[in-house]
Amino acid sequence: MDFAQFQQAPVSVPTEHHSHGNRWDPYVDNGGTSLAIAGEDFVVVASDTRQSNGYSINSRYSPKAFELSNGSVLATTGYHADALKLVEHIEQRAQLYFHKHDRAMNVSAMAQMLSGILYSKRFFPYYVFPILSGLDAKGKGAVYTYDPVGNMERVNYQAYGSASALVQPFLDSQVGFKNQRNADPSRLLERPQAVKLAIDAFTGATERDIHTGDWLDLFIIDQDGIHQTKRELKHD
Amino acid sequence: MSIMEYNGSAVVAMVGKNCVAIAADKRLGQRALTVDMNFQKVFPITDRTAEERIIEPKTFSNLVSHMLYERRFGPYFVEPVIAGLDKDNKPFVGTASDNLFGMCESLWEPDLEPEELFETISQALLNAVDRDAMSGWGAVVHVITKDGVITRDLKGRMD
Repeated sequence: MDFAQFQQAPVSVPTEHHSHGNRWDPYVDNGGTSLAIAGEDFVVVASDTRQSNGYSINSRYSPKAFELSNGSVLATTGYHADALKLVEHIEQRAQLYFHKHDRAMNVSAMAQMLSGILYSKRFFPYYVFPILSGLDAKGKGAVYTYDPVGNMERVNYQAYGSASALVQPFLDSQVGFKNQRNADPSRLLERPQAVKLAIDAFTGATERDIHTGDWLDLFIIDQDGIHQTKRELKHD
Repeated sequence: MSIMEYNGSAVVAMVGKNCVAIAADKRLGQRALTVDMNFQKVFPITDRTAEERIIEPKTFSNLVSHMLYERRFGPYFVEPVIAGLDKDNKPFVGTASDNLFGMCESLWEPDLEPEELFETISQALLNAVDRDAMSGWGAVVHVITKDGVITRDLKGRMD
């Protein structure tokens, strides 16, 4: 028997869904959670790698955070097939920009472009909740968040996806210092703290959300580039 | 929308070392309309000084469980939480329950002292209700120790 086929992670799944009547639905929610935390001169991005459809797990290692050609990271949740197409779409536009201007896009330009790409599909949207992370022109950590039709906001931290209701209040408390009288809410975290909180957030989310788990893709973006590590989450 | 989200609110209880805490927000609503911003949701069941014999939390939990099942086919639309000494687990309930689960899963740890437990349950509740439009408007926290009950009102975001 050819053992290699078992080592290869499945990358695509049938997208048809027949939940209401016989009407075909082009959208599926593949679950999973992504977050980003900005620091003074770095960004931590974390995504779990479980891909599910209802109670079924399509894949235990299907990354939904992607390194882009300009040194930024796009973390996604929502419909995985649309996320892959969105990354292709962004990279095509980034390539055009590169050849036209003879330099890679900076993050704020890409952030604005991504908003435009999403809105250009206003009436048949990519069902994706993107978080774009990188370093801005001054070398500071930058996190841009979007809804599927391109509303954009620059934030210091964000959690999206099936466990966002579990993780976002935790980040409000521990990263945003909300509801703490003597704390400065605009204070940014040091790198070890940010990494620790990202991991804590996912171990907690994995415990209570069935769509989040298996593996954690961790990216740390700084002036030296992107450092990626993989950690184990619970497989149940 | 579920009938369980008709009034909104968030209730949480936690176990510490020789203590338990129970806390609730103060909002009462009818769907999105806020009706009362100072509504009591935590009630004392036993008073150690007033009664000769008091009902144990575990016994009382059983009683409530049976009272709810009695109405199996026409239920009370409530999600009760019971806290008391001696020892049970750490349940939480209400419209903000996903948010509370996320907070408690990461903030709570075993064997917290009463003051640490107060800080933990307060942070868990406040940050949870701030991400739920149906809960909030301040909160009240009770920490039960063998020496008595410490009750504190929390100021929260009033929006």
